[in-house]
Amino acid sequence: MTPRTLAQLKVGEAATVALVNGADEISIRLMEMGLVPGTELRVLGVAPLGDPLEIEVRGYRLSIRQSEAARVQLNS
Amino acid sequence: MTAAATSSPAISVALIGNPNTGKSTLFNALCGGRVRTGNYPGVTVEKKSGRADFHGRQFRLVDLPGTYSLAPRSPDEMVAVDVLLGRRKDEPQPDVVLCIVDASNLERNFYLLSQVLELGLPTVVAVNMMDIAEKRGLKISLDLLAKQVPVKFVAVQANSGKGIDELKQALADAAKPQAMKIDSPFPAAFQHEVQQLGLLTQAGEEPLPRYLAERLLLDTSGYLTSANLPGVSQQLLDELPAARERLLKAGLPVPAVEAMARYQWAGEVLKSAVVRPKERADTFSDKVDGWLTHRVFGTLVFLAVMFVLFQAVSLIAEPAAWAIDWLVAKGGDLVTWLVPDGPLQSLLANGVVAGVGGVIVFVPQILTLFLFIAILEDCGYMARAAYLMDKLMVRVGLSGKSFIPLLTSFACAIPGIMAARVIENRRDRLVTMLIAPLMSCSARIPVYVLLVETFFPDQSWLGGVISLKGLMYFAMYSLGAVVGIGMAWLLKLTILRGPTPPFVLELPSYKWPGLWIVLHRMFEQGWAFVYRAGTLILLVQIIVWALAYYPHDPRSQNAQVLAQEQSLQQSINGYDATLELLALKRLRIGEKTTDGQAITTDIEKLKKERAATKEELDAVQNQIAGTYLETSYLGQIGKAIEPAVKPLGWDWKLGSAAIASFPAREVIVATLGTIYNLGEGEDEESQSLRDQLKEAKWAGTERPVYTVPVALSVMVFFALCAQCASTLAIMRRETGSWWWPIFTFFYMTTLAYLGALLAYQGGTWLGL
Repeated sequence: MTPRTLAQLKVGEAATVALVNGADEISIRLMEMGLVPGTELRVLGVAPLGDPLEIEVRGYRLSIRQSEAARVQLNS
Repeated sequence: MTAAATSSPAISVALIGNPNTGKSTLFNALCGGRVRTGNYPGVTVEKKSGRADFHGRQFRLVDLPGTYSLAPRSPDEMVAVDVLLGRRKDEPQPDVVLCIVDASNLERNFYLLSQVLELGLPTVVAVNMMDIAEKRGLKISLDLLAKQVPVKFVAVQANSGKGIDELKQALADAAKPQAMKIDSPFPAAFQHEVQQLGLLTQAGEEPLPRYLAERLLLDTSGYLTSANLPGVSQQLLDELPAARERLLKAGLPVPAVEAMARYQWAGEVLKSAVVRPKERADTFSDKVDGWLTHRVFGTLVFLAVMFVLFQAVSLIAEPAAWAIDWLVAKGGDLVTWLVPDGPLQSLLANGVVAGVGGVIVFVPQILTLFLFIAILEDCGYMARAAYLMDKLMVRVGLSGKSFIPLLTSFACAIPGIMAARVIENRRDRLVTMLIAPLMSCSARIPVYVLLVETFFPDQSWLGGVISLKGLMYFAMYSLGAVVGIGMAWLLKLTILRGPTPPFVLELPSYKWPGLWIVLHRMFEQGWAFVYRAGTLILLVQIIVWALAYYPHDPRSQNAQVLAQEQSLQQSINGYDATLELLALKRLRIGEKTTDGQAITTDIEKLKKERAATKEELDAVQNQIAGTYLETSYLGQIGKAIEPAVKPLGWDWKLGSAAIASFPAREVIVATLGTIYNLGEGEDEESQSLRDQLKEAKWAGTERPVYTVPVALSVMVFFALCAQCASTLAIMRRETGSWWWPIFTFFYMTTLAYLGALLAYQGGTWLGL
């Protein structure tokens, strides 16, 4: 079974980060913004056109695209 | 000034912090108005520095670009690291680093702080927005923080100036040389690798700072290894993959190890110093955000905000242009009155005064727009606008952050290009700036109005809801947008090719915008435009003036016409003298007497005669001006390029007018007026210019110059051409290079020519 990612999380759901895939600029950026293993996050909403997402992490709000959220693997 | 101030050099302070932490506000609070802005050579980063005095000591502050991380992945991001490490020739290494953090968001802000501390420079931390943190129920003890991290923490309220004095004191204290030893947050195995890499520094060079060795090891994006950093040996670069491999085996995967180590450090440091509420309180900001990012309401509010913004900028354009035209006319009159007739008078009146007018005519629009942008930015809405529009912009290869600059460009490309600063990704920022001048700005309106109203019939459908003229305006606006989108797509495929940058955008908490912050930002931008772009625009205006004025050879004029002008001028003078005399006489004998009334009748009659003569004189003078223009260098150029513009359906007059409007496209109406012997100061509503255009014939034939295809070709040309020296000047300033404005000029002019050719030939083929 493939692990669940942030892109699959529904609005209102919370989870913790297992790891962020990849070693490129996008992954580094996501980790710099605080998405490191063990971090709790919650999906607050989706933009009217279906992308990007609005999430809450470490007490602040962050917007990321679905394609970026798909790199964030969650603990089951 | 005290003795200390004269003997000791200024303390240099570098200000760094996350975006949305109130960094600019703090910078302004520390420096007051003594701020200088410029560009770092070769990159698109704004250089902002200021001065401040405190306790007789002088401070020199440098504001570094707001960033979440000191991990350079582009030359733009490298600037901050180079400044902090003292590796830039144009900027001394700072004596103190001032790091501003957001109290309501300490964990993420401490990520950057942890990188700053590793540089080993004396550091002061300004903890801003304690009030918001308190409202969220956070209890922060700065004393406990200082026990864990041996630097000075100062609570400030940057928007109200609270804590600024303490901060200045802390900066002065920190500037004293002192050894600062702060433990690395990294595991021992990682530190060991960094140390080993440091030993591989190129022989004879300065040792590579530990921080850079660390960055080389961590940077998997490949930027630093190819950046040719001084002091980096090939041996060191060759060693990197093996070092990363060893770390991966030790359970410390690069690059993830950095984020994990720093966030772990931040978590430990903050654990004892910050008490969090058990339940996160739903703040005012959360409730507002729920509405403003809502599927339906969010979209409606967004459309309303954009509508108001666009309307305000368009609305201010007209009265502003009117007021400035009036000022320019008055200024011209003043010059004419002060300076005798001749080249100097024409240079001052038509070159300098008109040139200055051409610069300041944009200022009201820039100020209005930046007022709105500053309010939207300061209250936190700007990030939401990017969030809402991202999906749409991704389709053309850009991100939501390009939306506002492009929308703004429909009013005026200059503030649009300036607004592109918020886009961190260099490629996206460049693409946005390069296509911004294609959006149909307000200066194109006069051309559209003149040609649409003259050459398209009053035809409408659906009971007047859809009119042909309205469709034409819509078509011209769409043309710019569609071509702009196409260009963006093309640029992203070719010269600005690169991976899609991450969107990853912080949505800051909402707050009330600060009046002074907003006003300050607004005037800062206005001044930047006047000062930086103004000089260049003036120069270009003067060159075009000279082309249109010289050689100004009286021998080119018909002697009869000149004689006629002289005799008409004399009779006007005669009328004036007689009228003055009669007025005096009437004053003496009284207005109410019979003789007085007879004089009044005479005066009226003479005034009418004078007006008729004046009209005749104006016509003759316009004819003379037209002949001068025809024989001027500009006219000669127009005639020389006639073969090139003939396929567009233009004659030499249109060619000259198009050339003269390269500094500023809105002068086309005035230029056409002059060329068609109507005198300057025509506006697009003037019936006579329209009639003249309709009656204009190709030399020696009965064939009209202006047909529907020609009108189309002129409009398409103006819609696509880079006819605005101000835009190109501001592009030079914002990109820090001449290459981009030159590129823009050529690509837009080429597009304009091809578009006009297509419009004329296509229109003719369709038999319009």
